[in-house]
Amino acid sequence: MAYTEDDLKKELETKEYEYGFYTDIEYDTFPVGLNEDIVRAISKKKNEPQWMTDWRLEAYRAWEKMEEPEWANVKYKKPDFQSISYYSAPNKKPKLDSLDEVDPELLDTFKKLGISLDEQKMLAGVAVDVVMDSVSVTTTFKKTLAEKGIIFCSISEAIQEHPELVKKYLGTVVPQRDNFYASLNSAVFSDGSFCYIPKGVRCPMELSTYFRINQAGTGQFERTLVIADAGSYVSYLEGCTAPSRDENQLHAAVVELIALDDSEIKYSTVQNWYPGNKEGKGGVYNFVTKRGICEKNAKISWTQVETGSAVTWKYPSCILKGDNSVGEFYSIAVTNNYQQADTGTKMIHLGKNTKSTIISKGISAGKSQNSYRGLVQINKRAENARNFSQCDSLLMGNKCGAHTFPYIEVKNKSAQVEHEATTSKIGEDQIFYCNQRGIDTEKAIALIVNGFSKEVLNKLPMEFAVEAQKLLEISLEGSVG
Amino acid sequence: MELKDKLITSFLAFEEDLDPDNGIYDLRNEAIKNFENIGFPNRKNEDWKYTSLNSILKHDYSVFPKKEDVLEYRDIKKYLIHDIDTYDLVFIDGIFSSHLSQTTHDKIDVCLMSSALTKPKYKPVIENYFNKIAPKSGLNSLNTAFAREGAFIHIHKNLQVDKPIQIINFATGNETSLLLQPRNLVVVDENSHVQIIERNQSLTDHPVLTNSVTEIFADRRAIVDYYKIQNDKLSASLIDNTYIEQKSESNVSVHTFSFGGNLTRNNLHFYQRGERIDSTLKGVTIIEGKQHVDHNTLVHHIEPNCESHQDYKGIFDDKSTGVFNGKVVVEKEAQKTNAYQANNNILADDNATINSKPQLEIFADDVRCSHGCTIGQLDKEALFYLQSRGIPLKEARGLLMYAFANNVLESVKIPEVKKRINKLIATKLEVELGFNL
Repeated sequence: MAYTEDDLKKELETKEYEYGFYTDIEYDTFPVGLNEDIVRAISKKKNEPQWMTDWRLEAYRAWEKMEEPEWANVKYKKPDFQSISYYSAPNKKPKLDSLDEVDPELLDTFKKLGISLDEQKMLAGVAVDVVMDSVSVTTTFKKTLAEKGIIFCSISEAIQEHPELVKKYLGTVVPQRDNFYASLNSAVFSDGSFCYIPKGVRCPMELSTYFRINQAGTGQFERTLVIADAGSYVSYLEGCTAPSRDENQLHAAVVELIALDDSEIKYSTVQNWYPGNKEGKGGVYNFVTKRGICEKNAKISWTQVETGSAVTWKYPSCILKGDNSVGEFYSIAVTNNYQQADTGTKMIHLGKNTKSTIISKGISAGKSQNSYRGLVQINKRAENARNFSQCDSLLMGNKCGAHTFPYIEVKNKSAQVEHEATTSKIGEDQIFYCNQRGIDTEKAIALIVNGFSKEVLNKLPMEFAVEAQKLLEISLEGSVG
Repeated sequence: MELKDKLITSFLAFEEDLDPDNGIYDLRNEAIKNFENIGFPNRKNEDWKYTSLNSILKHDYSVFPKKEDVLEYRDIKKYLIHDIDTYDLVFIDGIFSSHLSQTTHDKIDVCLMSSALTKPKYKPVIENYFNKIAPKSGLNSLNTAFAREGAFIHIHKNLQVDKPIQIINFATGNETSLLLQPRNLVVVDENSHVQIIERNQSLTDHPVLTNSVTEIFADRRAIVDYYKIQNDKLSASLIDNTYIEQKSESNVSVHTFSFGGNLTRNNLHFYQRGERIDSTLKGVTIIEGKQHVDHNTLVHHIEPNCESHQDYKGIFDDKSTGVFNGKVVVEKEAQKTNAYQANNNILADDNATINSKPQLEIFADDVRCSHGCTIGQLDKEALFYLQSRGIPLKEARGLLMYAFANNVLESVKIPEVKKRINKLIATKLEVELGFNL
């Protein structure tokens, strides 16, 4: 029987989330609710210096006065911030020096996630920092990295051991009162990754963070800070999963990238939080603030594969402050069932000869809604700024929606800005063409979807491309070869 | 007193002269209440993010001119497309000028809103169409509350109107500042064809604000060509609200030429209620100084097999600001929709600003929707090529800009309008066009 698009649609609708297991380990969880005492308690738990506690409190006070934004093209039941536990850590958490000391159940979890730490250690490919329910569990390859002077650790460790760096850069790109979720994160973030690449160093391996929400009734608020000093290079990977639950869990992270003169940061995300079940029940709310700042000749490249989450709301942005700096954004967002995604980027051109590229691919299936929302802003002093944006959407079935909301603001005449967007379905003629050449319909759809996302997939580092492929399979199995 | 309060007070006086038995009496009351609640839009409203009305709302506008002014044909000739025969509807300070106009009731009705609103003959048309598609925004409600005069055009079945219709609103300097609120209704029945040219012109340096609402209904297989010429004085501002409803197989095109005026805002919305509909929205904007032009378009594709084409070009010099906010909505029943949207801009000065927001909202899968937006400068090589052939830089720039704007003109169907626009573009770009098109 011929495999048709309807079959694919059916398959997409029935496909289950593969990472929906729950690891039963003991947890140290705070009572639900949020107030100044909880913020203080988190700070105390982490043994933080006074300046950090004050910083958090300042953010909390700002957050209290803020209102939850509603402008995004998503509909959801607002989370009750008083019914979330803001701190949850695996209980058995000694200081670990090697992987052997890790709780075997945790290791099992990682195996299931497909990030076997042992294996990776053998392959010497990726240094991983694993954050499980708010707390960083392991950081691999610390020693190798330390030889080069690279600091790669959890942010709580960084606050203890490198306070001068944290103090100097934390909140400089995403200030405490930037937006509702960023403020909330600033107040209660429990852990995250910290990375510093010294001057002129090219990080020899991919750095990676893995996030997992395990416990019910908790929110995850991690904070990532990556600093690339002058002339350095780093490629950073981020991945995430969560167990299947009926409730909506909140994930509100903040990522700050600082690319100093002549440096380059490549930040790749494979986001696969639990998307909720077929009826749209449960799933993670993913409200993330990601922003990077480029000094002279620096480059920041965001690559993201968004397949999970019930509601995604995220705009990795670049502030192109220095002359000749470059910002890039490559994104694939796949939504299925009742998922909603409102994602895109902001490119703020401040310096001369700055360049930005935006490639965004949206694939909607089931009853999902997929929006691209982006801003390209060329300021007055940004001579010879150049931007190219392309947003393509692929629709499968007529119950889903694809939306494009680009904002283009230009204040300099030497700017060249181009924006293109298309929306289409898989063309019958395309499939016919493949069929004609002996490729069956299933393969043809796979080929076309693959080709559709190729521009973005190609930008992912090798180590991640495999996983991204795998995730696309979960969301669109039968269509990706 | 704030303008909003003044308007609400003025309404009370206005209301006393109204006939409570008139069909739209309640509508007016409802509208003024709505305006009282909503007020004027501000920049917190997403649709008004890039356009602030503050600077033009600070004047103490008169709502009703105290005395009538008389203009002679020679005073206004240059503002009309006078080299062809047309039906004319001329309004001076919001009041119909019968000696300058040419109306008709011969098979078609080209006449006044004031008589349409009061005479029983027109009651069915007014009941069916008046204020049916204009959204209940603050500005529209304000217009509805005070709607008194404007063009009323009703083309009956199977008619090709023999000549174009011109609607022109003049503002004279009798009042120190004047608020005009023309209200137009165009109903085109089955198989009919009409061409309309609209213009607002101030003859004074006193501030004038026009808040105009036009509703256009195109029945099955009707063809409507609408041209808006906006070349007003720098003291005049315009908020033009035009809403169009189309039935199956109709074809409506609206061309907007924005060259003048202080602040111009065009709300142009198309609602496609039928199949195989064609909608065309085109515009050329060439502004300088501190001018501000904002195009806000919406094409709502509700049923299958329809098309829409949008093409807006802009050239922005000095400290001028251009805004384009275009939206295409494709409902899930509207399969096989073909929607295209293009917005191309040239920035000629570092102090000029462009804010462009072309949006697509698509709920159907078998569609072809695309949009493109560019912001750039003239091609240096093309400039060099022209210069190397002895054309001075200024002319070369003018020629290239002219060429840039020209393809919007190609779809203009009245040759005299095309000629007039050509001339306006040439004057605006300060070039002599040594050729005729």
